[in-house]
Amino acid sequence: MYAFDFERPTTIDAAVKALQSEEAQALGGGQTLIPTLKQRLAMPATLVSLTAIKEMQGICEDDQGRLCIGGATTHAQVAREAAGRYPALADLAANVGDPAVRNRGTIGGSLANNDPSACYPAAALASGATIVTNDREIAADDYFQGMFTTALEEGEIIIEVRFPVPQAAAYAKFEQPASRFALVGAFVARFDDGVRVAITGASEEGVFRWSVAEDALTADFSAGALEGLRLSGEGMISDLHGSGDYRAHLAGVMTRRAAAAGG
Amino acid sequence: MPKDSGIGASSKRREDVRFLTGTGNYTDDINLNGQAYVHFLRSDVAHGRLTSVDTSAAEAMPGVLRVFTGADFAQVGGLPCGWQVTDRHGQPMQEPAHPVLAQDKVRHVGDPIAAVVAETREQARDAAEAIVPEIEDLPAVVDMKAALEEGAPKVHDDLDSNLCYDWGFVEENRDAVAEAIETAAHVTRLELVNNRLVANAMEPRVAVGDYSRATGESTLYTTSQNPHVIRLLMGAFVLGIPEHKLRVVSPDVGGGFGSKIFHYAEEAFCTFAAKALNRPVKWTATRAEAFLSDAQGRDHVTTIELALDADNNFTAIRTETHANMGAYLSTFAPSVPTWLHGTLMAGNYRTPLIYVNVKAVFTNTVPVDAYRGAGRPEATYQLERVIDKAARELGVDPIALRRQNFVTEFPYETPVAVAYDTGDYNATMDKLEEIADFDGFAARRAESEAKGLLRGRGVNCYIEACGIAPSNLVGQLGARAGLYESATVRVNATGGITVMTGSHSHGQGHETSFAQVVADMIGIDADMVEIEHGDTANTPMGMGTYGSRSIAVGGSAMVRAAEKVIAKAKKIAAHLMEASEDDIELKDGQFSVAGTDKSVAWGDVTLAAYVPHNYPLDEIEPGLEETAFYDPANFTYPAGAYACEVEVDPETGKVTIDRFAATDDFGNVINPMIVSGQVHGGLAQGIGQALLENTVYDESGQLLSASYMDYAMPRADDMPFFAVDHSCQTPCTHNPLGVKGCGEAGAIGSPPTVVNAVVDALQRGGHDVTHIDMPLTPARVWQAMQG
Repeated sequence: MYAFDFERPTTIDAAVKALQSEEAQALGGGQTLIPTLKQRLAMPATLVSLTAIKEMQGICEDDQGRLCIGGATTHAQVAREAAGRYPALADLAANVGDPAVRNRGTIGGSLANNDPSACYPAAALASGATIVTNDREIAADDYFQGMFTTALEEGEIIIEVRFPVPQAAAYAKFEQPASRFALVGAFVARFDDGVRVAITGASEEGVFRWSVAEDALTADFSAGALEGLRLSGEGMISDLHGSGDYRAHLAGVMTRRAAAAGG
Repeated sequence: MPKDSGIGASSKRREDVRFLTGTGNYTDDINLNGQAYVHFLRSDVAHGRLTSVDTSAAEAMPGVLRVFTGADFAQVGGLPCGWQVTDRHGQPMQEPAHPVLAQDKVRHVGDPIAAVVAETREQARDAAEAIVPEIEDLPAVVDMKAALEEGAPKVHDDLDSNLCYDWGFVEENRDAVAEAIETAAHVTRLELVNNRLVANAMEPRVAVGDYSRATGESTLYTTSQNPHVIRLLMGAFVLGIPEHKLRVVSPDVGGGFGSKIFHYAEEAFCTFAAKALNRPVKWTATRAEAFLSDAQGRDHVTTIELALDADNNFTAIRTETHANMGAYLSTFAPSVPTWLHGTLMAGNYRTPLIYVNVKAVFTNTVPVDAYRGAGRPEATYQLERVIDKAARELGVDPIALRRQNFVTEFPYETPVAVAYDTGDYNATMDKLEEIADFDGFAARRAESEAKGLLRGRGVNCYIEACGIAPSNLVGQLGARAGLYESATVRVNATGGITVMTGSHSHGQGHETSFAQVVADMIGIDADMVEIEHGDTANTPMGMGTYGSRSIAVGGSAMVRAAEKVIAKAKKIAAHLMEASEDDIELKDGQFSVAGTDKSVAWGDVTLAAYVPHNYPLDEIEPGLEETAFYDPANFTYPAGAYACEVEVDPETGKVTIDRFAATDDFGNVINPMIVSGQVHGGLAQGIGQALLENTVYDESGQLLSASYMDYAMPRADDMPFFAVDHSCQTPCTHNPLGVKGCGEAGAIGSPPTVVNAVVDALQRGGHDVTHIDMPLTPARVWQAMQG
C-alpha cells in the first residue's frame, strides 16, 4: 500500500464533504479496494470509510412495501435480515464469497464497484431496484452502464438500495472455480406486471437483462418456457475459465434453474 | 487392538499444540536487532535484453541503505544445479548460468533485476519503484514444441538451442520396443498434458540473512525443507563460505510440497547483503511473488503407446515426453522427468520392454522442479490413463486387465532399472473393491441418473519409489549429492532423550512419529523423547525431507543411532548388575539379567553414564550419545489401488467427486492417524490437479493464473469423505523399520483415478469422449461433451 489519509465520518453530509477533497476514495467493506491497494494498483490520497454512518446501515420497509437496505449494510446482515421478506435476495447475499467477505463487504460497495462477476447487480437489475444516492434516485435500468461502470458521479455515494419485492424469485449461480465469483449468475423475479431476468458474470458489458427470456417467463413462469432459448456467445467474456459460448450456454442453464427454483 | 503408545499408535500430533495456538516459530517470526528489509524489483516481461539499470533515484530515497544489481553479483557464483543428466548420445545436458540477480537478460516474468535494502519494507518497495531498468523486449518462447523449432528465440544465448537434454531410457531397448509395438496385436495410443502447478504452500518463502563481524559467521534463516543442502549449495557454490562459518536454520515451516527443497536467489541475496551491509536483511515473499518465483511443478506433454498381445498381456510401452524446465535449471529439475519418472514407467505391471524418451526444454517461464510426487505422478498418470483407454478399446474390465498384468513375484526387476523388493498388488486391489463398495455402484448410478447426473467410476493403481538411494548409485545417475540421512540420539542424565535428525518436518508430524519409534525401542514414554531438526548448528549433516524419505531413511538413521545407544547402555547395565553383557535384556525401560530377578531402570543407567562413579571407565567412555548415518540399499516401493465415483452435470460440465477410496501398502506404519492425514493431504492435492489447478501463461509469457482469483486451489467442499486403508502391509525388506513412506502417494494415485472416472461417466452417458486434459474444469468437460 501507499500511504494515505483515513477519514471515518459519521454522517452522510460529512462523507460527501470528505469525498470532495482531491484524490479521495470512498471505502465500503474494502473487499475489492483493499486488495487493490495492497497490490499498489491504486493511490488515493484519502480513504473515506463509510462504515461509521449509522443511517446507511440496516434494513427496513418503506410505505410502498419496498425493502430498503442501507448502502453500508453487510452481506451477512442482508442474509440474516432479508430472509423473511425477500428470501431470494437473502439467499444471494448468503452465498457471496466466504464468511469473512460477507461480514465486511457491503451492498453499496458491491453496486458501486459493479464487478461484471458480482452477484448483487443481478439482484438489483432483476428486481428493478432503485439506487438512492446522496443526490438522487437512480433506476437500476439506468444505473448499470458496463463493466465497472455505473451512473454514479465522482464523489456520489450509495446511501440506500430499494428493492420492490417480487411474488417469486430465485438466483442461480455457477461459480468460477478459483474466485467463486459468478462465472454466470441468473436472477429471475416475477412481478404483477411481468418477469425480469438479469444475467451477471457473462457479458463484456456487465450485468444485463435477457428480454427474450423475460417474455417467455412472463407468458409461462416455468423452466420449460425457456426450452430452446439461447444467447449468443458473441460479446460474452472469454477467459481461462470458459469461452463466450460456454458462458452463453450457462446463462440459459442458470436461468432455467432459477425459474424452476422460483416457480 | 490399536496400540496406545509407541510404534503403531495413533498418538496425537504434539507439534499441533503450537501450530494451532499461534505459538509456532516460523521464519517470518524471526526479527533481529537492526534488521533491514529487501524488496526485489522483478521483471514484468518474460524475455528481454537488460541494457542498463538506473538506480540513482532509488538510492536517494528515504531509508535506502543500498541498491544491488546484477553487477554486484558478477564475482559471485550462480545458483547451482544439483543433478546432471546425460543425454541419449552420452553428452551432458546443457546447463545455463543462473545468476542471483539478472545480468544481461531477463528470462521470465518475476526474474529479479535489482534489490533494494532499506530501513523498512515500505521504503524498500517505494525505492524499487524508482529504479529504471532499460529492457529491450525480445520475443518469448512459452510453448515447448515451438521452443524447439528451428529459429526459435533462445532463452540462453550461449546455449545451442532451448533443448536441455534429449534423454532415452533404456536407450538399448529403443529398437526392440519399436519392433514390439509394430508387431503387437493391439496398440493403444494417448496424447496428454500433465498440467503445470504452483505449489502454494500456506507459508510463503522467507529469508533472513545475518552476519557477525566478531566471529565472521553468516547465518541464514530460511523456509527450507533441507537446511544442510542449502548450506552446502549456497556456501560452496554461490558465496564461497565454508560450512563452519555458515549456519542455516529452518524453524517451523508451513508446508513445502517440494517447492522449498531448492536453493533460491533470495536466500543467497539476504546472506550476501547482510555481510555487505553488516545488518540483518529480511525478505518475506508476498503471495504474488510466490506465483512468480517459487519453482512450479509438472508441465509434461506426453505421447504414450501401450502394446498388448492377443491375450491382453502388456508387451511394450513407449513414451515421448516434453518436460518444461522453465527459464533456468532449478536445483533438482533435471532429475524429475528422468530418473524420478522413467524408472517408474513399469508401474505395477509386468511389461518386458519399455522405452522412455524425454526432451527437457527451456522456456520463458518460472523454473519447474519437484512438486509432491515429482516425476512419479507424471509416470503414473500416463500409464494408468493408457491402460484404462486400452481396456475400453478392448472391451475388457479395467480392473481385470490390471490384475492380469500385475507383478506378483518379488523381488521383481523391471526393465527400467529398478528392483521392487516386496508388494502384493492383488491384496490392495481386493481391499479396494471391499472398501469402495463396488457392489453398490449400480444402485448409486441409478440414483444419479434420476437427478439428471452422469455417474462414473475410475480405478487405478500406482507404485512409487521413495527414499532415493543408494548414494553410490544416484551418483552414477548424475546426482551431485549423497542421499543418506543422519541422526544423533542424545540421552540426558535423567533419562530423557533429545534426537537431532537431519530430516526436516514442515507439517509431516515427525516430532510425534519419530519420538514414538525411539520410545518404543527403549520402552519409555514418548514424552521422554524430543525431536530436534532444522538447524545446521546442532544437527548432523542431513539431506532433509522430500520424496517421502523421512521415515524410511531418516527414521532408519535414528534407529541405528538408538541401537548404538542401547548397546552401550546394556554394557553399563551389565556393570551395574555385575552380570555379563550378553545376558542383559531391555524391556519397558528396565534392564534385567536373563533368568534372574535383577534389574535396573533406564534412568539408573543413564545417570550412571553421566555420573560415572560406579562405571566401567576402563572399557567405555562416559556419556550416552550416538550418531548414525544411514544410506539405504534400495528405494522403497509403496503401492496402492484407488477408486472414485464422480457425478457429472451434463448441463454445466461440473464434476463432483462423490466418494474416494484409497488402499495403500506403506509397509509397516508408525502412526496410522498421521499416515491417514498424509494420504488425505495428498489426495486433496491430486484432486486439485485433476479438477481445479492450472498454471496458464499467455503467448508473451505473462502468467494469467497469478493469484487465487484465477488459480483454483482445492477447498474442503471440493473434497468427498475419503475411505483410506493401509492395512495391506508388505514390510520393506531392507530398512530396519520395514517402512516405505507415505507423503506423496495420494498426490500420485489420485489424478488418473479422477480422470478415469469422468471418462467413464461420460461414456456411460453416451458421449464419445476418450480423454480430457487436466484440470477437468466444467468448461473443458462441457466442451468435450459437445463433441
